[in-house]
Amino acid sequence: MMEFFRFLGAGTRASFAKLGRATFFLVDMLSGISSVVIRPRLLLKQLYSVGVLSFLIITISGLFVGMVLGLQGFYILSRFGAEETLGVMVAASLVRELGPVVAALLFAGRAGSALTAEIGLMKATEQLSGMEMMAIDPIKRIISPRFLAGVLSMPLLAALFSAVGIIGGQIVGSGLLGVDDGAYWSQMQANLDFQGDIINGVIKSVVFGFVTSWIALFEGYDAIPTAEGVSRATTRTVVNSAFSILGLDFILTALMFGDN
Amino acid sequence: MDNLNSTQNSLVSVHNLTFSRGKKKIFNDISLEFERGKITAIMGPSGTGKTTLLKIIGGQLFPAHGSVTVNGRNVHHLKHDELYALRKRMGMLFQSGALLTDMNVFNNVAFPLREHTQLPESMIRSLVLMKLEAVGLRGARDLMPNELSGGMARRVALARAIALDPMMIMYDEPFTGQDPISMGALVLLIKSLNTTLGLTSIIVSHDVQETAAIADYIYVLSEGKVVGQGTPQEIQKSESEWVQQFMTGAADGPVHFHYPAKEYMDDLLHSEKPLFSRQRPPSDRNAKRRRYS
Ligand SMILES: Nc1ncnc2c1ncn2[C@@H]1O[C@H](COP(=O)(O)OP(=O)(O)O)[C@@H](O)[C@H]1O
Ligand SMILES: [Mg+2]
Repeated sequence: MMEFFRFLGAGTRASFAKLGRATFFLVDMLSGISSVVIRPRLLLKQLYSVGVLSFLIITISGLFVGMVLGLQGFYILSRFGAEETLGVMVAASLVRELGPVVAALLFAGRAGSALTAEIGLMKATEQLSGMEMMAIDPIKRIISPRFLAGVLSMPLLAALFSAVGIIGGQIVGSGLLGVDDGAYWSQMQANLDFQGDIINGVIKSVVFGFVTSWIALFEGYDAIPTAEGVSRATTRTVVNSAFSILGLDFILTALMFGDN
Repeated sequence: MDNLNSTQNSLVSVHNLTFSRGKKKIFNDISLEFERGKITAIMGPSGTGKTTLLKIIGGQLFPAHGSVTVNGRNVHHLKHDELYALRKRMGMLFQSGALLTDMNVFNNVAFPLREHTQLPESMIRSLVLMKLEAVGLRGARDLMPNELSGGMARRVALARAIALDPMMIMYDEPFTGQDPISMGALVLLIKSLNTTLGLTSIIVSHDVQETAAIADYIYVLSEGKVVGQGTPQEIQKSESEWVQQFMTGAADGPVHFHYPAKEYMDDLLHSEKPLFSRQRPPSDRNAKRRRYS
């Protein structure tokens, strides 16, 4: 029995210790951003590998999610004879929820896991250590540019996801199911609120990008420097990012849309 | 402080250093001096903490007690920026080479120059080619690190370590994995870097012959203590059983082949681990076995 409590205690202590390390890591990472601003080429390279390389998966997923929304929305709305509001429904779901959330989940799987594996392997092969001994701060040179790239790409990827999804909904809605094309777009324009819907969606995706990039980079940096350690860290990135994204989404939604 | 005389000729001084990993004491109150312009070797069986010592000198690990001064400055009292300024003048050659895997040989050697200087690209090119020529790998400049053998990677790393013309270099096992020809060349190279550039060299190694051939002074470490020191001649003549065992490579002696463990029979007969005990991280579990070479 005592063993069990000792186990719990050790587990709790280890979690808090990790949280502490993650916080210090965040502070270092943020203070390294100033040196990225001076060297935009480092950022551009990372924007490409973190952001641009995620385009394909985001586009294809967005298209399918939008098409499904078009189908499901049409069946429900047509029961109330409100199928011309399909555009509002598809766009609002995407911009407020599915765009930021699904794009962030895909981002964690596509870019986050890659970041963790990359940093973890750099640690395992002493590249980070080697840089430190060459008087080059690996946080500034390696971590901060990747973090900034993650935070900047996330809202763009979420926007791409929503945009493609809206087109997907339109293809299904007006292309296959016969919703009036003009109604699809004009209802959407009339009823989507810039502040309430679009800005809030962007805020969400910035938060998700921040958290996912932080988790991914920290897990890599904190990984046990062996093949097994890096593989476990990669798994933790995907799992912890998913939890954080979904949990934060609830909190943010409650804060943003709770009073109406 | 207490040892002013030796501190004056020393570029690096280690005083009363104690360092532990978990419960294991890696160093127990050791003191070492590394004289300017000389080649000082640290020898000892694998797992004695030779790499650890270099990381402590480089300010990557912090000692529990004692001090390390490099060029008159206490490494572990420096601020981040001061430490980084000092490290620009300390080259370190990692056991694995630690090359950046996403750039080719040329860019790896150019990396510290590009990061720390504003030199024009043409100048960087000449410098890099000079350094690569010195290690005999000018022809390999377009290869990627994964296309190099372990020995070649270490030589590229050496070219990179001397790129900024440091005042000292720490070599971690430079001879392991080198074929006899490049081994000979490397021994000469280390020696000539030392004399022509006036570098202070610290070599960590368990290759007795090669190291004894070029070192001016040798420390033999075992179980957290300095068990022998002196010039190669003195070491070879040393009466200490530890030193003799190490220099001749005998399996039996005061140093044991086995990593510390409980009685063999006990281990075989009883199963381990109470329920819920946390597993130790894998790096710890596969703790290195001692080997002699
Ligand atoms: N990251 C680490 N965590 C825990 N123990 C370590 C770590 N690195 C090395 N050790 C232990 O420290 C001791 C010294 O290691 P090291 O300095 O690499 O030895 P050497 O270079 O002489 O072969 C070994 O017993 C090793 O098990
Ligand atoms: Mg070693």
